[in-house]
Amino acid sequence: MDFDLSKPQKLLKDSARGFLGRECKPERVRELMETDTAHDDKLWQSIADQGWTGLVVPEEHGGLGLGLVELAAVSEEMGRACLPGAFLSTLTAASLIERAGSVAQRAKYLEPIATGELKATVAFLEESASWDVDSIKFKAIQGGGKFQLSGTKLFVSDAEVSDLLICVARSGKDGLALLPVERGAEGLSVTPTSSMDGTRKLCAVGFDNVTVAEADVFGADGDARGALKGALEVGIVALCAEMVGGMQWVLDTTVEYAKTRRQFGRVIGSFQAVQHQCADMLLLTESARSATYYAAWALTEGDPSASAAVSIAKAYCSDAYREVGNRGVQVHGGIGFTWEHDLQLYYKRSKSSETLFGDATFHRERIARLIVDAEK
Amino acid sequence: MDLNLTANEQQFRDEFRAWLKINTPEEWKGSTSAEDRHEYIEYLRDWQRNLYEGGWAGISWPKEYGGRGVTLMEQAIFQEELARANAPQLIGTIGLALVGPTIIATGTEEQKSRYLPKILSGEEIWCQGFSEPNAGSDLAALGTKGIRDGDDFIVSGQKTWTSFAQMADWCLLLVRTDAEAPRHKGLTCLLADMRSEGVSVRPLRQMSGDSGFNEVFFSKVRVPASQVLGEVNKGWTTAITALMNERAHVGTGAQVVFKRNLEALIARSRTIERNGRPASEDPIVRQKLAQAYLELEILRLNTKRALTSLSKTGTPGPEGSTQKLYWSEMNQRTQQIAQEILGPYAQLKDFDNGLWEYAYLRARGNTIEAGTSEIQRNIIAERVLGLPKSY
Repeated sequence: MDFDLSKPQKLLKDSARGFLGRECKPERVRELMETDTAHDDKLWQSIADQGWTGLVVPEEHGGLGLGLVELAAVSEEMGRACLPGAFLSTLTAASLIERAGSVAQRAKYLEPIATGELKATVAFLEESASWDVDSIKFKAIQGGGKFQLSGTKLFVSDAEVSDLLICVARSGKDGLALLPVERGAEGLSVTPTSSMDGTRKLCAVGFDNVTVAEADVFGADGDARGALKGALEVGIVALCAEMVGGMQWVLDTTVEYAKTRRQFGRVIGSFQAVQHQCADMLLLTESARSATYYAAWALTEGDPSASAAVSIAKAYCSDAYREVGNRGVQVHGGIGFTWEHDLQLYYKRSKSSETLFGDATFHRERIARLIVDAEK
Repeated sequence: MDLNLTANEQQFRDEFRAWLKINTPEEWKGSTSAEDRHEYIEYLRDWQRNLYEGGWAGISWPKEYGGRGVTLMEQAIFQEELARANAPQLIGTIGLALVGPTIIATGTEEQKSRYLPKILSGEEIWCQGFSEPNAGSDLAALGTKGIRDGDDFIVSGQKTWTSFAQMADWCLLLVRTDAEAPRHKGLTCLLADMRSEGVSVRPLRQMSGDSGFNEVFFSKVRVPASQVLGEVNKGWTTAITALMNERAHVGTGAQVVFKRNLEALIARSRTIERNGRPASEDPIVRQKLAQAYLELEILRLNTKRALTSLSKTGTPGPEGSTQKLYWSEMNQRTQQIAQEILGPYAQLKDFDNGLWEYAYLRARGNTIEAGTSEIQRNIIAERVLGLPKSY
């Protein structure tokens, strides 16, 4: 048993840290968060050139075909750099296409995603803001060889820059349809919503009689529900890894500050009240890391514990990142509360990450279904 | 990264599991109170002798000293299997996990051949005489004296929180042999015979009702100078070796016990009512059970990561402190959840054999024993994060 990154995995992670250290400095993050889209064509293309947009895309579709542990290693560094933009949205959409798309659909979309030409997102949430698939009310009306979509999807990440949007809708009695809508489709409108975390843009997406041909729907003859669950699990693992990277940045930055900031004639890191905050931050960060990499491994291996592992990781990371952020700001004191200090980027990212794909309460309930309801 | 057991690890597990299936004794149903202790001790000694004869005692020790030289992973598997089989505690655990490895690291050849075989067989039980009434977290403040007199040291003073002292034959004893030297530089480790004249043991009753540890009084006890472990006045280094082993050791075996305990709580939540429905259907109860479950699962994963890192670096380091901090606080939270879900039933001594009442009270000690949470956080801050010493 070996619970550590292999040499190639470590190399990949180190090179990601080096690359993001050069290409995604905090000043750049700040510039992008002030824009409407948090997107930068040049940065996106260089990310694609690293192979990251195709990291887990199968080789036959132009990707690297790597596993989720590798994805987690790279995502951790993205979180450490607080990388803005559509990586996570596109990853989740690509995972959905890979699971639900026909051969032709996979060929059509996955290769451009891998090369960086195509960005995509999944439109899931509605007014209820619930990540439970059973709470979806949005209906796709089938007739005349096509589906008609009318209604609104909310909190859709990066919809404004996405070339492809996959709408999750109810169809028939209790069926689920995954409907691809391309940018510029007749009746589609995207409105950015201003939100706490400027590095991950959320949009309201309006559908006014948007039509999708029956032949274009994903997972028409398969298991749309299963595909959606699988794709979201990939997104959750990547998000948790990002959160771990963010926690690590907050921890490192806070410890560094505690070693240099002086009060009462000594560095504040020599006071136990400060030391114990830092020790707890370390414990939270490392525990989040264990949970996340285990989930990545279990999903890749198809381990029976994988679904529970994913929810355990998301429940823990959601609480832990917020808590690490709280303590980090507290140790910094006044400077940590300013706009000027980069802590605010991570503090806000922890909040948007907490709710994305379901918060701790949501995932604890999912764990309860697996461990409390399961018959002994 | 590969979390599957290797072929060797799997073979090791299967072999030990098969052995346990045949050899694990019936659970002790008798009393463990002071009056009947003798019988219970014999039962535990028999169990360790049985392990020894099967080649399953001190498995982490090098082969030349009677161990199996197994890997850290296999040690963890060993602990898991013991707990899974509901096997009795190891009466010689201080000797096996703490004293033995320290003698192997710093003892003379005579000491090794004299003591190691009897630690393995359980013939001689050890305790650890470190803490004192005025030297707990601040161990280097200890005041028990060892004064040189010819070929002996004359030991006077008091030790406390000494587990197993009431049944121990020997004590790994830390005493001050140079009162003039700086505090860390005047200490010496002795291998002291608990049957020596002048040693007296008084069991301490814990709030949970049992007497796991003791006070030990030394009144002009003669310990031959040949019984020094390591060098005179270099006892601090020896003691640290022992303490690192202690922290690295605790927790792996406890995990399966925690798991059994949580499974029992989940099962109970299905039979106990809340608002006219099984408690297991109550959303708040479900949240709490899930939180307890996920925290325990992460303990398991943290342990596996720590073991991987230990396997690569060799000696137990400050990572042991993060483990200790995590499991002790987790167990307290989980026991509180059990109390909330079961309400006053959890306080009854005849509900589930008093399991919840005992577990809650016993957990209270977890953040104090083997280094308080405060000390663990100090160690993490200084030795992992590199912050300056605070005291």
